[in-house]
Amino acid sequence: MEEPSAGRRTRADAKKPTVGLFATCLVDLFRPSVGFASVKLLEDAGCRVEVPLGQTCCGQPAYNSGDRADTAAIAKQVIESFEGFDYVVAPSGSCGSTMKKHYPWLFEEGDPWRARAERFSAKVHELVSFLTDVMGITGVEGRLDQSVTYHDSCSGLRELGVQAQPRALLNSLEGATITEMKDANVCCGFGGTFCVKYPDISNTIVTKKMKAITDTGADMLLAGDMGCLMNMAGKLKREGSNVEVRHVAEVLAGMTDQPAIAGGGKR
Amino acid sequence: MSGRDAILSKIRASLGAGGDEAARKTAVAERLAGHPRGVIPERGHLPAAERLALFRDMAIKANASVATLAGYDALPDAVLTYLRERNLPASVRMGTDPRLAEAPWHEAATLEVKSGASDGEDVTGVSHALGAVAETGTLALTSGTDNPTTVNFLPEHHLVVVDAKDVTGDLESLWSALRTSRGDGSMPRTVNLVTGPSRSGDIEQVLLMGAHGPRSVHILVIDPEGTMPAERTP
Amino acid sequence: MELTSLKFKEQSSAAIANADLQRALGNVEKGFIDKRRKSTDALPEFDRLRDNARDIKNHTLAHLDHYLEAYEEKVTQSGGHVHWAATAAEAREAVLAICQQRKAKTVTKGKSMITEEIGLNDFLSANDITPVETDLGEYIIQLRGEHPSHIIAPAVHVNRDQVESDFRRVHTQFEAERDLTEPVSLLAEAREVLRQKYFEADIGITGANFLVAETGSSVIVTNEGNGDLTQTLGKVHIVVASIEKVVPTLEDTAQILRVLARSATGQDMSVYTTVSTGPKRADDPDGPEEYHVVLVDNGRSDMLGTEYQEMLRCIRCGACMNHCPVYHAVGGHAYGSVYPGPMGAVLTPSLHGIDKSGHLPNASTFCGRCEEVCPMRIPLPKMMRHWREQEFEKHLQPSKARFGLGIWAYVARRPKLYRRAVSLAMPVLSRLGGARHRIARLPLAGGWTRHRDLPAPEGATFMQQWAERQRHDKGSKA
Repeated sequence: MEEPSAGRRTRADAKKPTVGLFATCLVDLFRPSVGFASVKLLEDAGCRVEVPLGQTCCGQPAYNSGDRADTAAIAKQVIESFEGFDYVVAPSGSCGSTMKKHYPWLFEEGDPWRARAERFSAKVHELVSFLTDVMGITGVEGRLDQSVTYHDSCSGLRELGVQAQPRALLNSLEGATITEMKDANVCCGFGGTFCVKYPDISNTIVTKKMKAITDTGADMLLAGDMGCLMNMAGKLKREGSNVEVRHVAEVLAGMTDQPAIAGGGKR
Repeated sequence: MSGRDAILSKIRASLGAGGDEAARKTAVAERLAGHPRGVIPERGHLPAAERLALFRDMAIKANASVATLAGYDALPDAVLTYLRERNLPASVRMGTDPRLAEAPWHEAATLEVKSGASDGEDVTGVSHALGAVAETGTLALTSGTDNPTTVNFLPEHHLVVVDAKDVTGDLESLWSALRTSRGDGSMPRTVNLVTGPSRSGDIEQVLLMGAHGPRSVHILVIDPEGTMPAERTP
Repeated sequence: MELTSLKFKEQSSAAIANADLQRALGNVEKGFIDKRRKSTDALPEFDRLRDNARDIKNHTLAHLDHYLEAYEEKVTQSGGHVHWAATAAEAREAVLAICQQRKAKTVTKGKSMITEEIGLNDFLSANDITPVETDLGEYIIQLRGEHPSHIIAPAVHVNRDQVESDFRRVHTQFEAERDLTEPVSLLAEAREVLRQKYFEADIGITGANFLVAETGSSVIVTNEGNGDLTQTLGKVHIVVASIEKVVPTLEDTAQILRVLARSATGQDMSVYTTVSTGPKRADDPDGPEEYHVVLVDNGRSDMLGTEYQEMLRCIRCGACMNHCPVYHAVGGHAYGSVYPGPMGAVLTPSLHGIDKSGHLPNASTFCGRCEEVCPMRIPLPKMMRHWREQEFEKHLQPSKARFGLGIWAYVARRPKLYRRAVSLAMPVLSRLGGARHRIARLPLAGGWTRHRDLPAPEGATFMQQWAERQRHDKGSKA
């Protein structure tokens, strides 16, 4: 097993809660800026952040394909890498809920890994709800001059209860206006491997979502999960929309220098 | 092996039942005998006046209409008025319910009262309900010569008489009334719980009244004590 | 009906391309969701009632054998007959035997999914008995030679102009000039036609929403009243019901009724809830002379004691499909099974085998909305996942997908290897995205890029950049 990499440590840090950031595979591969935004938000909230090297993915592709053995193997690897932290935080409701709600269930009752997974799961949080519900953050500094609309990703919403928290923090930004889309709580059609296994169905669903987004007239679409964001951004851009798509952490951290997901402007 | 034995033994095998069955049998017997009530909505616990008002509101919400009468004496006139207002033939079908029979039908000389089951030719039927449930505006009608089931479904207009004292708060209380109504705990052939007129949404989910049963349900609450509060003016 | 779930993909693509169907499916989202929410919001005890409804069914299933015996005893006491059918074939034969004994020519039918499941209509027709569906939606699809596309709104896939042309084709007794443009005139015509059928029929067949062990009663819940005319006007009433419909008492029935209509149509109570016990009594002026119950197992007892037992709590309200984005996209027929939507995705593999229905539990985004609205708190996504696991264990998935997953899992379990692989790949993808930061077409990613662009990666991975930052920080501190 590899050692967790050390964060920037000072003496005052000793009292701070340590957070193991689970960046998620999609952030790691496609959107590193969300990882850095997460680090900033966590550090601003008074946490000491580390990024363990033992992480690749939470295992969802295998888990949702019925491959329980590989999922359990990946889960063990994640647990070993993260169980030493006070908290485990992921900028994703989907990976967060896999680790929080599903990992224990991968191991039979009586298997020592079951209890270990349960202890680990208790520490896992989705990023934005962690900031508000655990760290007690009620607002962030900064401005938001574009009008935004927010999509509730399914796992975060239904398994972890993430709904009010991102809106509360967004509203704390100076100048923020959130225009709610119709059916913000309805799936965007991503569904992990679903969207490539059933592309036509996924497209029908994301087409409705796109209409709901563009009907708001908002300049920017935000959500808390890269999978959903890539799906919606990919569709919006394919259809020529210039709505800017970003992970909510980028906006809350004031880190919007990177081009938007799938770029901005019309194709 | 008969279908019965095959099914029951498979159930027992799947459930891992077998050996000492006494505890499982007792659990079943106790539940059947005790018929415990579960969660009763708050709105099922209202005092009499509010209960009647809730019944009226819920029945109207279910697209029924409701009138309150001081006694059975007023019934024939109320029926005639209903028919006249809708330009319906002055003829009704009803069973032999003694409470209905008591009403002074002779005073409504123009009204034809046909007795017995409906043959499908009747435009209007009159029934007496066993009771009603305030929480949902539901009427409870029981089969028999008193109130033939066909009267509930074949006529286009169904007038249902219910005593104010028989309006219970919740459905569970109605079951209690039902158990005592026949004395021996037996069930009538049917209990029809009716909540508003017949409807269908099967064509494009557009709600239409009068699918196979009555197009309109008019409830006549007999309230000699004057418990029913006056209708709120909109 | 013939099970065609293996063709789900083709069927769903055809459904998406069918403009009439897509227009009709809009009514599902408009017609059900808001109504359900309003009615459940208006009952503060709703969630507690859901808990209790779940507990009642759990208790009943754990004692199912004893409740069925108690139920049977009460039915017999009230003068009815119980026929036990272990399979669909036995159930069909039991119904046919009753019909033949009464020399029945026509039977009217109330809406019943179990008779769809056992294929009763085709079987009766093949035996020279004409089944007449009387629920308006069922009647419409019977005229069209179709099967229900929804468990409570069987004709939800049909538009009014299609109903009009079906009525004109079949109801030749009416003058051709009549106006049928409004749904209300279509309803009136169906009412007139079916009224006659009730009186002509020898036997009425209904399903049951509940079988009450305490009283030996069957309970049907309808809005049209067709089930009541079916069972009141026929000389014989046959109830076809699956074994898990049994509940202990009238009180238990009342508890579940409170969540049923609200979840299904957003009504506080359906218009007609009818409790039927035995045949007509000696002095009854109306009602059937004989009362039969055909109790159908057809695979249920095999589900007990397995990870699918909870599915037997299902009360067939349809809320799961009403809230399912996949159902909204493809409608019910694409599933190729009697039961569509999320509940069908779990039940169909139980009834027919996962090898014949593998797509159904896979065609879900796991959005969880079905479980969120299920009045019986059935963990539908969890059970779909169980099916995926069984499919995986039996090697039933396409070999290409399995191979790809295998490679991915191998690498994902080796963080160093993983980091090396992705740190090489991502910059390449990033360059493909160019200044527009997206990729319109990519080999092997056609499933993604057929309908949408692929957002391009930023370049170096987060883990690479983080390591870089750590090195830099350490360097600056030194």
